[in-house]
Amino acid sequence: MDHLDQLEQQSVYIFREAFRHFERLCMLWSIGKDSTVLLWLARKAFVGNVPFPLVHIDTSYKLPEMIAYRDRLAMEYRLTMVVGQDAATLASGRTFPATKGLPDGHPDKVDRTACCAALKAGALSATLNGTGLRRKLNLETGEYQDWHDRQPWHGVIVGARADEEGSRSKERYFSPRDRNNQWDIGDQPPEFWNQFKTDFAPGTHVRIHPLLDWTELNIWEYIKRENIPTVSLYYDQGDGTRYRSLGCGPCQNPIQSRAKDVDDIIAELKSGKLKNIAERSGRLQDGKHGLEELRKQGYM
Amino acid sequence: MSHSSPIPARDQMNVVIVGHVDHGKSTVVGRLFADTGALPQGKLEAVKAECARTGKVFEYAFLLDALSDEQDQGITIDTARCFFKTARRDYIIIDAPGHIEFLKNMISGAARAEAAALIIDAKEGVRENSRRHGYILAMLGIRQVVVCVNKMDLVGYDQAHFERIEAEYRAFLKGIGAPDPKHFVPVAALHGDNLAVRSDKTPWYRGPTMLECFDGFAKQPSRRDQPLRMPLQAVYKFTARGDEARTFAGRIEAGRVKVGDEVVFSPSNKRARIRSIEGFNTAPRSEIEAGWSTAFTLSEELYLTRGEVMSHAAQAPLVGTRFRANVIWLGRKPFVQGRDYKLKLHTAAVPVRLARIHKVIDASEIGSELAKQEVGRHDVADLELEVKSPVAFDLIGDSECSGRFVIVDGYDVAGGGIITGTVADATDDFRSEARLRDFNWIHGGVTGAERAQSNGHRAALVMFVGGNGVGKRRYARALERALWDDRRQAYMLDGTNVLLGVDHDLAADAAQQELVRRFGEVANILLRAGLVVVSTTNAIGLADHSHVQALLGDQPSLAVDVDPSGSSTAQCDLRIRGDEPEAVVVAQIAALLRARGVLGL
Repeated sequence: MDHLDQLEQQSVYIFREAFRHFERLCMLWSIGKDSTVLLWLARKAFVGNVPFPLVHIDTSYKLPEMIAYRDRLAMEYRLTMVVGQDAATLASGRTFPATKGLPDGHPDKVDRTACCAALKAGALSATLNGTGLRRKLNLETGEYQDWHDRQPWHGVIVGARADEEGSRSKERYFSPRDRNNQWDIGDQPPEFWNQFKTDFAPGTHVRIHPLLDWTELNIWEYIKRENIPTVSLYYDQGDGTRYRSLGCGPCQNPIQSRAKDVDDIIAELKSGKLKNIAERSGRLQDGKHGLEELRKQGYM
Repeated sequence: MSHSSPIPARDQMNVVIVGHVDHGKSTVVGRLFADTGALPQGKLEAVKAECARTGKVFEYAFLLDALSDEQDQGITIDTARCFFKTARRDYIIIDAPGHIEFLKNMISGAARAEAAALIIDAKEGVRENSRRHGYILAMLGIRQVVVCVNKMDLVGYDQAHFERIEAEYRAFLKGIGAPDPKHFVPVAALHGDNLAVRSDKTPWYRGPTMLECFDGFAKQPSRRDQPLRMPLQAVYKFTARGDEARTFAGRIEAGRVKVGDEVVFSPSNKRARIRSIEGFNTAPRSEIEAGWSTAFTLSEELYLTRGEVMSHAAQAPLVGTRFRANVIWLGRKPFVQGRDYKLKLHTAAVPVRLARIHKVIDASEIGSELAKQEVGRHDVADLELEVKSPVAFDLIGDSECSGRFVIVDGYDVAGGGIITGTVADATDDFRSEARLRDFNWIHGGVTGAERAQSNGHRAALVMFVGGNGVGKRRYARALERALWDDRRQAYMLDGTNVLLGVDHDLAADAAQQELVRRFGEVANILLRAGLVVVSTTNAIGLADHSHVQALLGDQPSLAVDVDPSGSSTAQCDLRIRGDEPEAVVVAQIAALLRARGVLGL
């Protein structure tokens, strides 16, 4: 067994534990490289099946390639694909992109972190607990329809990696969130060996992290080994730039890179060229402590 | 599986750094980073300049603080779990931060580590957490430990001082049965002495530097040559995609198995052959070994549930309801007798009780025992646990995965432990007899699953027990008739009939044990024929039920106690007084059988 095998096998084990212990289980799929590897690992764990819904929080500002790729894979893999959205905030125009033109200090101006707190953390929380909109892909027609299922999900599988940024390194494989979707970093359950926290009080939920031990390089090496399809935005867009991490259009910048395929990205990561640049440096909402605060509120 | 990368992946190892507060963990890690070139460019100079500007004496620990600040701001990525490299391999340093939740975090970190460095302050010497962490490392199964005696500069690099600490700590570890560390290294992390480079201030020390110790840690050998252990994680049947076969999923924790092998499952004693090894986007396999989370189809559609352990018959795990264990307790409420907890052992989860405390050990003091009747937070105890129904397990020295467990109190993992010994229970003899019998049982051409499918129900035993003349036979007859009228394959086994025939050779004063054994074996054969056996007997009482069950393996049985006095408190599945209408009792029993999955297939 090589190192990638070990990572893969541990992830499969975690998936199966999650599926066994949580009757109401879903998986967040951000369409990015990590959660797409996660989707692949789910199919490994359940021998080609994905026996729970995939949830995508659509802020409406995602790049069109991401949405097209999501729906293509959902149809091909026959996924239970569910999309959540904070339609009220979008309709009210209280978002960062819609108020960008207002002068600084204007009372209606919405900063990046507040925008993320509504369109991502807030929408996610409402989608998970069933109070928010849930639209499900009809695999016959390829259209999204309102979904009758409004039961809360108690187990939520996410693709966070410990090496991605500081607050994620503090996660357990099974990390509880309280009734308000909040994360108490100071008081987390012990994890002995492979015995995880699988008992939970009503109203709380557990975040499950099968990719916790994976690094960015591991992800790309695995994408190569398994030949997993990825969004074209990760590769040189023809102007010497590419996206290293995918988010909303208005809040992300590409990095300078001529990497045009998976091999180039692996070579680039191994070269150490990106060593002193954080993976999420192009994600503008993170800022100083922005992400840890967002994550305490339920951001993945 | 295709591996197209021309350069083999570098070896990687998780090392946890532990030790008493302020003994210099951060300095050791900071200095190791600096000396192995793991720091971002200019970082060391920047921190030194900042110290000079504010008039502070530079410490390597500041480096870690600076890195962690940056981490929070999302600038550096490589420090979340600190990484550094040597020529030999890549290291992930797992840091256990030192606040109130120290022990829970220390355990979570150490449970993922393959090796540990334990730091002791040369000036302060061996302290409370030096000992407690040493104990926990041993319990978690971390056999590779290097002890770093730090701050040697504060004791003048004195050899005798170093040797006193070494002798004291080795004696402590020996006293608690922990593995003897290979190396003690005299270090002054602040100056880099004997960390990455050999120091000229300790000419008397001939051992390796800390980094050489790290590089000397061995990767955990594969467990493929140990006896096969695969705790059953789940049974899948994904009909949506048209897969009809049940797949039996789990991780092979030890040993190896190939298509065609005969395997047994404990505690049910079921047996089958491996028909295929299943996977997704992977080449077909005919053999698989320790480490793989895999799935099988079997030659028979066995009725198996999570928590069974798959093995080869010749090297099956132990099965029982009691065992001796060492436990560390982390719960807010103490671990006490007379209350139900949940035991999670490999993939099994069963109600458990604290049966007996041998001793509560103060892990921070050598050999000291506390006179306590409960196990408090952060205590370590040597005790006996009793589970409600038999589980498959191993002693920790024989197989790790089936020799360690956690205990859940309410919603929280409140303790963890390892199994150190077996404790005889009253049903051991019968259980061994049943296992030997089942492993060697000659099967006919019709399987139990086929019988269940055809009958529309599984086999089960319903035992009416109670005194003479309380109406057992009347209820048994009514139940048999009701089941039969409902087109169930039911049969009344009257204990008198067993006495008349099978027991005919026994003397009138024959041992109760032999009567029970013969009764149970007769019931076993009828159950294998797929029947719901309704028994009524004066010869066999409620106290014998667990013995009968031991002979039946995982075939379900219910004890119905007919007790007109209403005074009995012994455990049973249903207690009646004998004046209830037959139809009421029949309905109650049918509900119990449905709940057990016997009826209602």
